[in-house]
Amino acid sequence: MASTNDPFQFHEFEEAGNLLEANRDATTISIEDDEIKPEKQRQAAAFSPAGEDEDPLASDDKTELLSGQKKSVPFWTFEYYQRFFDVETHHVKERIIGSVLPWPGKNFIHTHLRRNPDLYGPFWICTTLVFAIAISGNLANFLTHLGKPNYKYTPEFQKVTIAATAIFSYAWFVPLALWGFLLWRNNKIMNLVSYSFMEIACVYGYSLFIYIPTVVLWILPYEWLRWCTIVVALFLSGSVLGTTFWPAVRDDHPKVIIAIMSSIVVLNALLAVGCKVIMFYDVDT
Amino acid sequence: MAASDEASRPFAGLSDVSISDDIAVEGDISVPVGPSARRDDEFSTLDEPVRETVLRDLRAVGKKFVHVLYPKRSAALLRDWDLWGPLLLCVTLALLLQGGAADSDYQGGPQFAEVFVIVWFGSIIITLNSKLLGGTISFFQSLCVLGYCILPLTAAMAVCRIVLVAGSGPVSFAVRLAVVTASFGWSTFASTAFLADSQPANRKALVVYPVFLFYFVIGWMVLTFSPSQ
Repeated sequence: MASTNDPFQFHEFEEAGNLLEANRDATTISIEDDEIKPEKQRQAAAFSPAGEDEDPLASDDKTELLSGQKKSVPFWTFEYYQRFFDVETHHVKERIIGSVLPWPGKNFIHTHLRRNPDLYGPFWICTTLVFAIAISGNLANFLTHLGKPNYKYTPEFQKVTIAATAIFSYAWFVPLALWGFLLWRNNKIMNLVSYSFMEIACVYGYSLFIYIPTVVLWILPYEWLRWCTIVVALFLSGSVLGTTFWPAVRDDHPKVIIAIMSSIVVLNALLAVGCKVIMFYDVDT
Repeated sequence: MAASDEASRPFAGLSDVSISDDIAVEGDISVPVGPSARRDDEFSTLDEPVRETVLRDLRAVGKKFVHVLYPKRSAALLRDWDLWGPLLLCVTLALLLQGGAADSDYQGGPQFAEVFVIVWFGSIIITLNSKLLGGTISFFQSLCVLGYCILPLTAAMAVCRIVLVAGSGPVSFAVRLAVVTASFGWSTFASTAFLADSQPANRKALVVYPVFLFYFVIGWMVLTFSPSQ
């Protein structure tokens, strides 16, 4: 095989493709690239026609070659944030579907984000979830007390603020903590995979999507239904997060692996159960 | 005039550097050129009666109301944006949402400030969202459109209050539900008629969804208003 050290040696096409992958994935080493390339081909076959997939890939390669790294714009300009909204409708749809159907081999970040994390999905999913919780909490209270003569329906608006605080802090501070922790572990142990903060925040945001239909189902006043839906949603959301972060921690000390994975799941569960308890308790006033 | 003389003798004016006396070069600069004519108009608006000024703005607001009621794409509407209409509608909506089931120890309905914050912050966030997605509409134009399209929901609020005076049983709830649903659909349709054009085709749904959510929340506030008894 042609040596990669000699720049004047003519490279085969597949190897050039690998080199381009290596150029784009600045933080991964070549072992990972072999995993990425067939995964992308699989995904290209599965989701969309190959032509549609190759075009953004080709233009990505071109822009990467022409401009080196992505051009860095200062964070106080508008263009800096426009980078995170560079998605189209079908991208968002694919990411949402990917967040509710976890697959053991597929990594959400590698399969769906592909170095293009967006802030649109997480932000609007969190906002929708806040309003869904507030509205269905009100509806559930109303239905529980339907028929009782003394009950006067009052829309409780302070619940919107409570829900908003809880959900947005989960969607921002937990990724921040996780990113910081992974960065610290990365210094100690040479990991194969490292994620940027935006990618982690993006995964967390999309993983909350399953809770929107869950919360709508909570309107029906059956306790068993509520607990069942919590378990199902927790399982799906937890597996998406688990399969995403497993490659980042699997080479670490076993205790650290257990600590990270369990804290991911436990925080998720706390959010779900906390929302249910606070918003849906029976008000007997 | 010397100008016609000059035109009949080409290049003759080059040696003629003196200015003939009949061209007025002193006095006011009110030669019939575009900008100064407009400046005259601006000065004269100071002298017009206040009623004229107010009526002009009211007429502009009223014209936009009509545009919302019969939404069709109109570039002129987007160009002359104003925020009087949204302010008027927001204040009306917030006032109509007062006097609800406000038990002294338990605040049920939204406060005046809450309605204001939801409407204006919501509009600003949706505008930022559409600009970040690469929309060509300007910030204030988008605020203007979103604010004006609250008109059907404000009308629905007025109708709901009238219906609630008659009674608050299931029949009145069904009527209110129908009215609010219709006006919510109308609001969303009217605003997307203006906003969706400014986005590329592959992102239209991404821009329309927040608008849908915004009017849904306002419609929810209108529907769940319950009067104090």
